[in-house]
Amino acid sequence: MNELINFWVVLPLIGFLISVVLPKKNENLISQFSFFSVGLHMFSLYVFLAYWIWQGHPTLDQKDWVLFTSSEYEFFLDFCFDKITAVYAFVGSTLTFLVAIYSRTYMHREPGFKRFFNTILFFYMGYNIAIFAGNMETLFVGWEILGISSFLLIAFYRERFLPVKNALKVYSIYRIGDIGLILAMWLSHHLFRENITFLKLSNYEMVSDQLQSHTLIGIFISGMILLTAAAKSAQLPFSAWLPRAMEGPTPSSAIFYGSLAVHLGVFLMMRTYPFWEHQYSVRVLIFLLGLATAIVATLTARVQSNIKSQIAYASIAQIGLMFIELSLGWGILALVHFAGNAFLRTYQLLVSPSVVSYLIKQMFYTYEPNKNHIKHVISKKFIYTFYILSLKEWNLNSMMYKLYWNPLKWLGKRVNFISMKHVMYFFVPAFLLGVISRYYHLEMHASFSHYLPILFSFIGLLMVLKAFAEKSKARSSWILIILNHCWLALAISFNEEFKFTETVFYLGGIFMAGALGYYSLNRMKRIEDKIDLSRFNGHVYSHPRQALLFLLCCLGLSGFPITTTFIGEDLVFSHIHSNQLALAFFVSASFIIDGLAIVRIYARVFLGPHVHSVYEMGYRSS
Amino acid sequence: MSHSSPAFDVHGIVHELAHYLPAQAPLKDFVHHNTLHAFQDLPFQIAILKASKMFGYQVTLPIETYRDLYLEKKINPLVLDAVIKKTKKNVDVAEYHKRLLSKDFDQPENPRIGKLRHQWKELGYIDLDSFTQPRLFRVLSNYLDQGIAIWKFPVLMKGFLGSIRELEKNTYVSLFKTKRARNLLLNEKTSMEELLQILVADDSMYKQYLFDQQFAHQGWSGMVATVEAQPETLLDRKRIHLEEIILLELLLEIDALDDKFGNKWLPLSKIIRDRPKDLFAPIQFGETAEALAIWQEALEFSYYDQVLAGIQQEKKMPTQAGEKSFQALFCIDDRECSIRRYVEQEDTNSETFGTPGFFNVEFYFQPENGKFFTKLCPAPVFPKYLIKESGSKIKREEDPHYSLHMKKFNGAWIFSQTLGFWSVFKLLANIFKPQASAASASSFKHMDKHAHLSVENRHPRHHEKGLQIGFTIEEMANRVEGLLKSIGLIKNFAPFIYVVGHGSSSTNNPHYAAYDCGACCGRPGSVNARVVSHMANHPELRKVLRERGIDIPNATIFIGALHDTTRDDISFFDEQLMDEQHQKWHKENHATFLRALDENARERSRRFASIDTKENIAAIHEQIRNRSVSLFEPRPELNHATNALCIVGSREISKGLFLDRRSFLNSYDYQIDPEGKYLYNILKAAAPVCGGINLEYYFSRVDNQKLGAGTKLPHNVMGLFGVANGIDGDLRPGLPSQMIEVHDPLRLLIIVEHFPAVVLKTIQQAPETYEWFKNNWIHLSVVEPITREIFYFNAEKECFEPYQPLTKNLEKLDNVSSVIISEDGSLPVYLFN
Repeated sequence: MNELINFWVVLPLIGFLISVVLPKKNENLISQFSFFSVGLHMFSLYVFLAYWIWQGHPTLDQKDWVLFTSSEYEFFLDFCFDKITAVYAFVGSTLTFLVAIYSRTYMHREPGFKRFFNTILFFYMGYNIAIFAGNMETLFVGWEILGISSFLLIAFYRERFLPVKNALKVYSIYRIGDIGLILAMWLSHHLFRENITFLKLSNYEMVSDQLQSHTLIGIFISGMILLTAAAKSAQLPFSAWLPRAMEGPTPSSAIFYGSLAVHLGVFLMMRTYPFWEHQYSVRVLIFLLGLATAIVATLTARVQSNIKSQIAYASIAQIGLMFIELSLGWGILALVHFAGNAFLRTYQLLVSPSVVSYLIKQMFYTYEPNKNHIKHVISKKFIYTFYILSLKEWNLNSMMYKLYWNPLKWLGKRVNFISMKHVMYFFVPAFLLGVISRYYHLEMHASFSHYLPILFSFIGLLMVLKAFAEKSKARSSWILIILNHCWLALAISFNEEFKFTETVFYLGGIFMAGALGYYSLNRMKRIEDKIDLSRFNGHVYSHPRQALLFLLCCLGLSGFPITTTFIGEDLVFSHIHSNQLALAFFVSASFIIDGLAIVRIYARVFLGPHVHSVYEMGYRSS
Repeated sequence: MSHSSPAFDVHGIVHELAHYLPAQAPLKDFVHHNTLHAFQDLPFQIAILKASKMFGYQVTLPIETYRDLYLEKKINPLVLDAVIKKTKKNVDVAEYHKRLLSKDFDQPENPRIGKLRHQWKELGYIDLDSFTQPRLFRVLSNYLDQGIAIWKFPVLMKGFLGSIRELEKNTYVSLFKTKRARNLLLNEKTSMEELLQILVADDSMYKQYLFDQQFAHQGWSGMVATVEAQPETLLDRKRIHLEEIILLELLLEIDALDDKFGNKWLPLSKIIRDRPKDLFAPIQFGETAEALAIWQEALEFSYYDQVLAGIQQEKKMPTQAGEKSFQALFCIDDRECSIRRYVEQEDTNSETFGTPGFFNVEFYFQPENGKFFTKLCPAPVFPKYLIKESGSKIKREEDPHYSLHMKKFNGAWIFSQTLGFWSVFKLLANIFKPQASAASASSFKHMDKHAHLSVENRHPRHHEKGLQIGFTIEEMANRVEGLLKSIGLIKNFAPFIYVVGHGSSSTNNPHYAAYDCGACCGRPGSVNARVVSHMANHPELRKVLRERGIDIPNATIFIGALHDTTRDDISFFDEQLMDEQHQKWHKENHATFLRALDENARERSRRFASIDTKENIAAIHEQIRNRSVSLFEPRPELNHATNALCIVGSREISKGLFLDRRSFLNSYDYQIDPEGKYLYNILKAAAPVCGGINLEYYFSRVDNQKLGAGTKLPHNVMGLFGVANGIDGDLRPGLPSQMIEVHDPLRLLIIVEHFPAVVLKTIQQAPETYEWFKNNWIHLSVVEPITREIFYFNAEKECFEPYQPLTKNLEKLDNVSSVIISEDGSLPVYLFN
């Protein structure tokens, strides 16, 4: 029975890959193929579920492909199946199947018909990898796919300003979650000395043994997991991204932000429940977070005057309640709640355009003129205050600017004194020097060599900050990102024995994607002249193929699971000791900003309103 | 520096601004109008060029598209030559023809709008829109909201700014980030001039600055201007003025600047170096504009020419000798063009007429238990009458998925645990077997067909809210007489006269009102059909009509009906009034209508990719019906797409032609109207109604991004009055791409059957009607009734000139079904054998 579960992971992968090569013009073929592949997935899953329940619903675990192994480290994909996976797979396949049928007519004649179905299948693949994942690494693969497919679907109307802007915004929030997950993985490696599966996590004695001796590390891991879950499930303080993600066609918003993607934070909490079950401080924290979110989101939902953000905030509030349920240990209730909420919000979003005829009709027959007049001065003041706060979404959006986006920009500006000349004449030679000294194992003072990795990773961080803040030159920004990875590799190689194969694993993907990406940018520069980063250029309008190629390069460069860099990044962390917080911080900060800078280049060069024509383009505010 | 400039007149500028903004009413009152109404005082070609230069609108098809149409033979080379000859006086036609096909014309330059205010970003390094717009839209949307938010805007009584001021005064937080802007708001004396002085400080720039600012979100501003002008268009009325939102936006701008730069910033006029081009500077009608104008006219005349040629070439249908089985009045709507053809085909003894679908009875309607009145007549008319429904048995369905409990905290928890599972079954059911739900808009639910209507006025003082309840006999007689005379039906009455209104049904469609009858203010025409039938059956009224020379025999009965244009279903009203004999005949007629509707559904299906036109006709009709109740069908029907003609005259001039549902048809008999009295009324309504529909389709088609609503798939409903993309976007007036994608952007050609001199005199009577023709927003031609000679109205010379069609031999058809099955694009004009 164990091997069977691979099927539901591999099927969407094959489905996605085939869908990519289908002819663009043939709507029928594309939609029928999607219908078939998702339908097959759903029906086979139903049959399996029946059999599995009949068999007494055992927890299944399947260790699959070992992708990398060294003496102290093994990177493998692992899949498992238990009641959490069962419910998520059931809800996910049912809804995706319905939405696939729904979209077939709904998307008819839409430019990007194929792209829509590709992205949905891509998402579906990521979703299944994530929910079937048996260890953190596998989960992370799915997680990354979800992040990118999310970006692509929000920016589905890529020639308009707001969708692209909001897609970037949401992606940057997701990025925080990714890093939370990476750090959690890093420390759990050190905690358990292995790439632990979720199945082993449920071994109470083993977990509590480790936690007792490493309470702080335990709390830190749980904190990171909670951070990731909160970002993905739009809990405080991240909530404001969810309504802003509603930019794509309604069915995609329904399935993504109404139901499946947004509940993955809850999934993560359920999966890791055995780990934090006995950390009471963490449970209190989860409870409080859920409660605060539920209250704030409910209030906010009540003042929303547009239907999609009302549904979004109502859904966030329910997810807050699920967090509470989990913190109280009511896992089954939370599962039922998840399924109900996912179905409900999908349906509500799909029928949201109907709200006009329904409510206008209702109003026509039941309207009472508004007579609310608050006389009491103090209660009035409180009520108005709450109203304004809810109207402003409790400043959640502006808070993200204040605490996250603006500081990043500010930091970027601070490193602006570094010019490309500095980079060429100082940082590149310095880097080469570093490589040579490492290669020949030059003797250094111990304390000095202790700080070198931190220094190098800091330089790497500077590079990527500069790349992120670069105002105009796309190619310079691209090179800086590549350099950042080089410095990180160097830093790690000074930290510990970093084998040559490991370096190849890490930098191989970087160089390949980097070179190809540079070529692509160069080409665009030659053809279009303007690929300025200070504005959106929208070159996908006339160069869709280049855009796709460059997107693949971006994925490669940002450590997406299509190149070996993905494993490399994990390897990098395995060489950072659990007491090297500074190094871990610089490296993870690099990775966050890295992703942001890369996606920013892609969005600025290829997406948004076209630079040459204001005609036939929507207004900026449209 | 600016002392010499004329005094700054705020109200004047805001008034002018409002004139340029989109004038679309809230969704429930969607009525088609000329999108560029602000430019209507100029000749069409100059007007659209000006609009394009000022606001960056795309106003014609791109030149490459015209060339493609030329290659596809949709543009006739002969017609193109004729247009060149007419427009370019001293030019070698063949050479210019070649130039049109191959020359690289200039790309349009960047529009003037937004340039001045954009200097903030270019030189001031601040992106004001990203600070001000989200906050402005949010406050505005919540203030205007009609019922989405559960927690209503807490203060409403004091007008927009007054309410915000009241809110700001009594709170511990603020809508603003800085003090100065907040204090300026709290000071009631703060004026727009004062704020502009802070921000711009050069009053010669104020006008352009305000245009730049408001046109950065013309959807929202347009909605405010519309609500200001017609507050009754919102059920939950709101007091708001365009000036107020401008003031608030100026304050938000000051707030953003203060927040970013403290007090260290200079007004815009102090930082700009070159002043951008004046928005209103004169425009040059250059070579490119001229080429596009010629292409456009050639495209239009390639079709018109076939129609005009067809009118001359068609076979004269023999006038029916036998007894007529029934007569049917339909709306002039282009969607009724084909159903009339099929009714006449299915029963050759029948006769059909077209007239605006409110059937000359204008009133407000109040359904039973309704809290409001619904206007059922063309939008510019303000009726004095009220018709009330009583004894209705229709139950309003409720659906907890939309109801308010949902959104309550604890309720929602229970709901999402239970209702959630139900919703997946509902979704499943709709996907595999679409059915009407509480959320569908159905034309048949507009009125309970079994309920009583207060058509007759009991006594003259029976009033409600200033409206007279029902009509007196005299008032009824005037209306019925007007109706019958305008369509030329004053003798040879058949035993049945069906008065068929129309409406549409759709699901999950915020633009549902755009699909209903335009002459009934975006509502189904069922009540009007029933009311006018009731009047015409009234014995007292018939007496009065007899005195006026219209003798309706006692055996003639008027029956109201409603044709659902989406489903191609029909429903008849007051059938119980018929005697046995009539009931028997009616049964036969009913069957005729059903066959015609089946045929009509099949003809429509050729435009839908998902339906196979070769299938069994009943199966096709079922699929057509499903479109109206399916949740995921963005094209329940294609509405007015492809409309291009309006024929005002006897059925004889259109009966022999296949017009592919492209023509508005208004019946009219020149013989009983030698002076053009009725013609005046017909054109007075047809020009703005049909012209408005036509131009809205035209502009939404040529620039779906700026003048249309874009694709409807990501639309999000704002406050029940508009749609936007995403949650913080601008409102999107105009038509979504799904409504216009098959439309060919042709201006309307009105063809009148009468003598040119009478028509010329008639159109010149009312300046607002004449403007449409004089400025060429509508083409006009006349068919001389006796000789069938054709004249075309030359707008420059303001006279009719003879027109010789270039199309010589139109193709003949025995039966339309052969082309319907084989073609899915626009069809040429055919002659019937």
